[in-house]
Amino acid sequence: MKKYTRRQTLKTLGGAATAAMVPSSLLTAARAFAEMSPWKPEKGASIRMLRWKRFVASEGESTEALLKAFTQATGVNIRLDSEGFEDLRPKAAVAASIGSGPDIIWTIHADPHLYPNAMLDMSDVADYLGNKYGGWYPIAKDYSIRKGQWISLPYTFSGNFLNYRISQVKKAGFSSFPANTDDFLTLMTELNKAGTPGGFALGNASGDGNCWAHWVLWSHGGKMVDSNDNLVLNSPETVAGLEYVAKLGETFIPGVASWLDGHNNKAFLQGACSVTNNGISIYAAAVREGMSNIANDMDHAYWPTGPAGVPTEFHVQFPMTVYNHTKYPNACKALLAWLMEAEQYDKFMEASVGYLSHPLKAYDNNPVWTADAKRRVFKDTVTRSRTFAHAGSLGYAAASAFADFIVVNMVAEAAIGTKTPAEAAKDAHRRAERYYKI
Amino acid sequence: MANAQTANGGTSVLTRWMNNRNLMGMLFMLPAGTILLIFLTYPLALGVWLGMTDVKVGRPGVFVGLENFAWLMEDSVFLLSVFNTFLYTIVASIIKFGLGLWLAIILNNNIPIKAFIRAIVLLPFIVPTVLSALAFWWIYDSQDSVLSWILIEMGVIDKTIDFLGDPNNARASVIAANIWRGIPFVAITLLAGLQTIPRTLYEAATIDGANEWQRFTRITFPLLTPIIAVVMTFSVLFTFTDFQLIWVMTRGGPINATHLMATLSYQRGIVGGALGEGAAIAVAMIPFLLAAILFSYFGLQNRKWQRGGRDD
Repeated sequence: MKKYTRRQTLKTLGGAATAAMVPSSLLTAARAFAEMSPWKPEKGASIRMLRWKRFVASEGESTEALLKAFTQATGVNIRLDSEGFEDLRPKAAVAASIGSGPDIIWTIHADPHLYPNAMLDMSDVADYLGNKYGGWYPIAKDYSIRKGQWISLPYTFSGNFLNYRISQVKKAGFSSFPANTDDFLTLMTELNKAGTPGGFALGNASGDGNCWAHWVLWSHGGKMVDSNDNLVLNSPETVAGLEYVAKLGETFIPGVASWLDGHNNKAFLQGACSVTNNGISIYAAAVREGMSNIANDMDHAYWPTGPAGVPTEFHVQFPMTVYNHTKYPNACKALLAWLMEAEQYDKFMEASVGYLSHPLKAYDNNPVWTADAKRRVFKDTVTRSRTFAHAGSLGYAAASAFADFIVVNMVAEAAIGTKTPAEAAKDAHRRAERYYKI
Repeated sequence: MANAQTANGGTSVLTRWMNNRNLMGMLFMLPAGTILLIFLTYPLALGVWLGMTDVKVGRPGVFVGLENFAWLMEDSVFLLSVFNTFLYTIVASIIKFGLGLWLAIILNNNIPIKAFIRAIVLLPFIVPTVLSALAFWWIYDSQDSVLSWILIEMGVIDKTIDFLGDPNNARASVIAANIWRGIPFVAITLLAGLQTIPRTLYEAATIDGANEWQRFTRITFPLLTPIIAVVMTFSVLFTFTDFQLIWVMTRGGPINATHLMATLSYQRGIVGGALGEGAAIAVAMIPFLLAAILFSYFGLQNRKWQRGGRDD
């Protein structure tokens, strides 16, 4: 009879418990990949991974299950920690500057451009995935490639579009959501007249505030810098955009000046706000909480096109970054490549129910985009987005100006009317000078 | 002989050292001193140093002298944050002191279930700041504020108050939240001070025909000044460096109307990645804090007459 020691028993039980949680199909896929993968994990490899705190429970669980399957198939241990992304970003920066910490950080925005030398070159993984899955959308490359090298993997984007109440927009005289800025202003004016106003966050809301403020600035041809990173914020186009904002601001629901990221979700779900901008979270919450009066009467729309004549949207990127201080670069590459393979990425997208969009062209056909017609605009997140550094390069200047809410504050000043559009543009330009001087 | 002498001398040196009070005192202070040095002096010095460099998150910087400060002097947002910080500190501290003292005097009287009420008074101070900030966030909500709701139901106003959307309303609102949080600290500490004042003084004054107000201005207040100095120093320091309330409720908005130096420092240094500039903003707070400490130290320190002596 075989004698079990305590340790062996624990091991066996632990293994059985984990095995029970990972679906066998996932495990088979992971084993198959481990056989075929161009990257063979180092012997005894173990990975520390840090991610932003999940928005949707199902996505978090799905990602954890994927990591477990990878561990079972390859024997690579993975420790997953999570942090709210306000706290995650300084941690990532510290890991970069001291050269120790997590091996993989799933972070936000273009942060790898702040410490490109600490990043492992991911070009081989990006090429492999790009060749296999129809290529990367241009915005994914804009965010990831620095001096010809992929310094991060553009794992996913979070779409931020217009959320509107179908019946109220119809009552205001529009059978479909307006596609240009003039009609959009008419709609907002009519909605306000009808006593069902919309509203956009004017507080220091890092997500919704930035998304709508950058859209409105760009929609009229205004921009922070030109393609050579020369500051051109104080321009006739910017002023025109802010004049538009001033008119739009008069139609907003009272209180928008104090709105942070969560306020519009709440107001919309309460039925107090007819149009706002958001990810799919308002809709997802309405469906989840069984608020069918809201869920059935709402839909999403692209941002209207302005005088600039092209879509001018801003959506947030969540890149995967591998640090070159990792002792197990191949294990990290194998893991990320595996996560982005169709079988796994499909699961990730389905679990994200539209919150998170794909950067690889082949994933356009994922059922998540057709399962519910109200998710369809989020499919085009990557094709309609610009980087926040538009039209310049990603780096310190762009990141600092962005974090200092220069565009958000400028738009808020014009919308509330504390400054004239010309003054707001001039003052914002002056604030931005500091960052673009370096 | 010579050997014995050396041995003797060795012992006596050690014994002498052991008996040297100064040396032993230093030795005993060493652990505390080391901790202070590592956890207080070093970070402070590092902060000052960072403030004079252009360090970015993830990138070492170079020494730029006072450039950060020179730039900040021309930065309208920074100047606004200095104004906000002063307004916030001065208004909140004065009101906290007034209400706190009042509350302390009430609690010092014989009232029923005294211990219970004193415990309740401490509640705002006990609740984690973030939690109370969240509560205020709801109270001040732009659409369904409970305050607006009550006033509308009572027919006082006809639309919701824009607590955090209008710059001046927002300033008043965050100051009110800070006052709510800060009063218990002032009240309970002053209450402790009140209880050290001997009853006999009041009795003597009463016999001399002093009225309530005279007893307050001639006995209570003078004898309370040392503790007021301590309480107000701490209160001013806490208020001046407040961060959590603002960060949760407004993030410094609307249009930076409630940005304090501490929140701006975090926004620029950590979120924006400009560590050097963020440190410079934080360092710019030090002179003001030192001034507050020195003012209360010299202005309100223990006087001789309070200990039964005479003023020179």
